[in-house]
Amino acid sequence: MVDPVLSLRDLDVRFNSDGHQLRVVNGVGFDLMAGQTLGLVGESGCGKSVTSLAIMRLLASPPAEIAGGEVIFENRDLLKLSKREMREMRGGRMGMIFQEPMTSLNPVYTCGSQIIESLRRHSGLTGKAARERAIELLDTVRLPSPEKRVDDYPHQLSGGQRQRVMIALALANDPTVLIADEPTTALDVTIQAQILDLLRDLQERTGTAVLLITHDLGVVAETCQAVVVMYAGTVVERGEVGAIFADPQHPYTVGLMAAVPRMDALQGRLTAIPGSVPPPWERVVGCRFAPRCPLADDRCRNERPTLREIAPGHEIACWKAPIEGVSATGGQS
Amino acid sequence: MTALLRTEGLTKHFPVRRGTLRRQAGTVQAVTDVSFQLEANETLAIVGESGCGKSTLGRALLRLHEPSGGKVWLKDMDITALNRQGLREARKHMQIIFQDPFGSLNPRMTVRETLSEPLLLHGLATSATVRAEADRLIDLCGLARWHAERYPHEFSGGQRQRVGIARALATRPMLIVCDEPVSALDVSVQAQIVNLLQDLQRELGMAYVFISHDLAVVRHIARKVAVMYLGRIVEEATTEALFTAPRHPYTRMLIDSAPRPDPAALRHKASAKGGTPSALAMPSGCAFHPRCVLADDRCRAIRPELRQVGQSRVACHFAEAAISDNVVPIKADSPALMRRLAVLEQARAGQK
Ligand SMILES: Nc1ncnc2c1ncn2[C@@H]1O[C@H](COP(=O)(O)OP(=O)(O)OP(=O)(O)O)[C@@H](O)[C@H]1O
Ligand SMILES: Nc1ncnc2c1ncn2[C@@H]1O[C@H](COP(=O)(O)OP(=O)(O)O)[C@@H](O)[C@H]1O
Ligand code: SF4
Ligand code: SF4
Ligand SMILES: [Mg+2]
Ligand SMILES: [Mg+2]
Repeated sequence: MVDPVLSLRDLDVRFNSDGHQLRVVNGVGFDLMAGQTLGLVGESGCGKSVTSLAIMRLLASPPAEIAGGEVIFENRDLLKLSKREMREMRGGRMGMIFQEPMTSLNPVYTCGSQIIESLRRHSGLTGKAARERAIELLDTVRLPSPEKRVDDYPHQLSGGQRQRVMIALALANDPTVLIADEPTTALDVTIQAQILDLLRDLQERTGTAVLLITHDLGVVAETCQAVVVMYAGTVVERGEVGAIFADPQHPYTVGLMAAVPRMDALQGRLTAIPGSVPPPWERVVGCRFAPRCPLADDRCRNERPTLREIAPGHEIACWKAPIEGVSATGGQS
Repeated sequence: MTALLRTEGLTKHFPVRRGTLRRQAGTVQAVTDVSFQLEANETLAIVGESGCGKSTLGRALLRLHEPSGGKVWLKDMDITALNRQGLREARKHMQIIFQDPFGSLNPRMTVRETLSEPLLLHGLATSATVRAEADRLIDLCGLARWHAERYPHEFSGGQRQRVGIARALATRPMLIVCDEPVSALDVSVQAQIVNLLQDLQRELGMAYVFISHDLAVVRHIARKVAVMYLGRIVEEATTEALFTAPRHPYTRMLIDSAPRPDPAALRHKASAKGGTPSALAMPSGCAFHPRCVLADDRCRAIRPELRQVGQSRVACHFAEAAISDNVVPIKADSPALMRRLAVLEQARAGQK
């Protein structure tokens, strides 16, 4: 049994805005294994980015408040580290890439000098050695003519190229964990395919564990080994990628999968999930999916289901799981 | 029978100006020599990478961008020859919806006001009937009556798109240009809107020009697809032909690159190479040659014309040789997923 590289336990995040308290992440947890890519999926606003920012301690407080939980990395709780220790961690053993590359690239410095600065800070590399390593990194992420591009400013590059530079920067100090928040969402499918290839290759070579945040189940199927499905700030299902796709259990996961249009399916109506994600200020006592769930009953509306294992490594937070055989009309199955 | 929409050599080039004198330093060839036909009640999808000219084409059809050349006919009406008054009349028949309906809705107008405006402007309702007519549009688009008195910022993305669609429907158009109408939506809501568009087409009989970069959505909604590369159509075919037997190397690259929500699918290396090109620096010969695996000297020198090859129109010197069959074989959904879905649908039916 491999040990997790990073364990998130019962994370609670709230936003305090003019007297109101928004509970946007509630008891979220998962284990990220060495060499694994874990997909964190769910529709927009369900708390994926907030979760990843909380792990990296990048949430501005106020308004954000980490009200509970722990993030175990290298036998320590990241939430208890000092600001200085955390700065040491970020860009060092923990790398992060975002949807918008300019959140981590500084427009006034060249791409090379930003990588060199990170190498100096975390690995003590300077001068010619640092520059050579920077060029090597840009080459690894397959930026064309890296020895020239190293002196380019971010604005001189295309969106896909900036994304590559950001990946090079995140990987500069051989991180153990890489957190990628929608790294390809803004890119054309052609460029997305290249970037995902690149991430897979790098991972195979370095064994970095990747937390991949995405709303695209296609991206999950192609890159992840494990999946965590989030809905309205909570984990509703998690397990191996094969199990989740072959045997989705939570009504939300089932709805999500059926709603994805497929290139390899015959034309016809798409299966929509009626309604939409509840806003975070809506107080929900029971299951958060109940307003959209056809199986919801009084228990669902009053009591919050917690994750339980229904098959080895496959957990669901739903009172009715496994839903096979359940039927509102009492029919046989 | 004349087509509902027909273009011939439609072209839109933008001047690029530089310096204090704003002298013309070049041209962006956003759309060049586009010709196609669209029948009533049908959907033509326009696909391609960012910057290939999809939106410019969509806007040029309605003369929201004044074309630099070519013609557009809506039935027998030459849209490109209309004067301002005539164009205003014609716009009644041609509407457009956008990716971000928020940007195109007036934030200070309630939904009812937004819908009433075009109805009264085009004389499609009187002050006596406008209320009922707006309610009809609201019902049609799956909004609730109480939504009528609300403002755009009070809606979710999916609801705003419904408002955008309702407004487009107000003038009972024959044609709606849909510019990435579901790209900003979550999958569950995207499915609602795609279904709504299909239902409306069936009920009201409109044609759609459906602009999208998502091939899977296109396969669901369109009957014909035009693939654009740097401003030109490089392949046009029925949806079936395009997905099962793509002929242009670029079409194949796009299909290859799209991720498939199936972990068991054969995972191959991305065939895509090179970055998205710029319409400012047009390559010689075939514009796709710097990224094409099949490119040879002829490709670098001579631009291939769009020509009929089998059932498709293709702009590639090797269109005959390049055919590959059954690129995206149809796969059944996972049996477990279908069973679960059946349970949920049955329960939903039981609730009603
Ligand atoms: N008003 C304008 N002035 C100058 N160039 C323009 C203008 N509008 C568009 N262009 C250029 O024309 C080309 C086509 O742009 P267009 O917006 O049609 O692309 P698109 O295919 O819709 O891309 P996307 O998928 O990103 O929406 C691009 O190179 C763009 O920069
Ligand atoms: N700075 C903030 N102040 C208040 N609410 C916020 C802030 N940032 C995020 N939220 C809320 O937290 C919830 C989760 O957001 P996010 O993690 O960004 O979602 P996702 O990444 O899954 O799309 C959303 O309801 C969002 O509106
Ligand atoms: S707990 Fe109840 S409401 Fe929630 S997903 Fe399961 S069946 Fe639906
Ligand atoms: S004409 Fe040549 S370069 Fe262009 S797509 Fe065909 S084979 Fe490729
Ligand atoms: Mg996010
Ligand atoms: Mg566009």
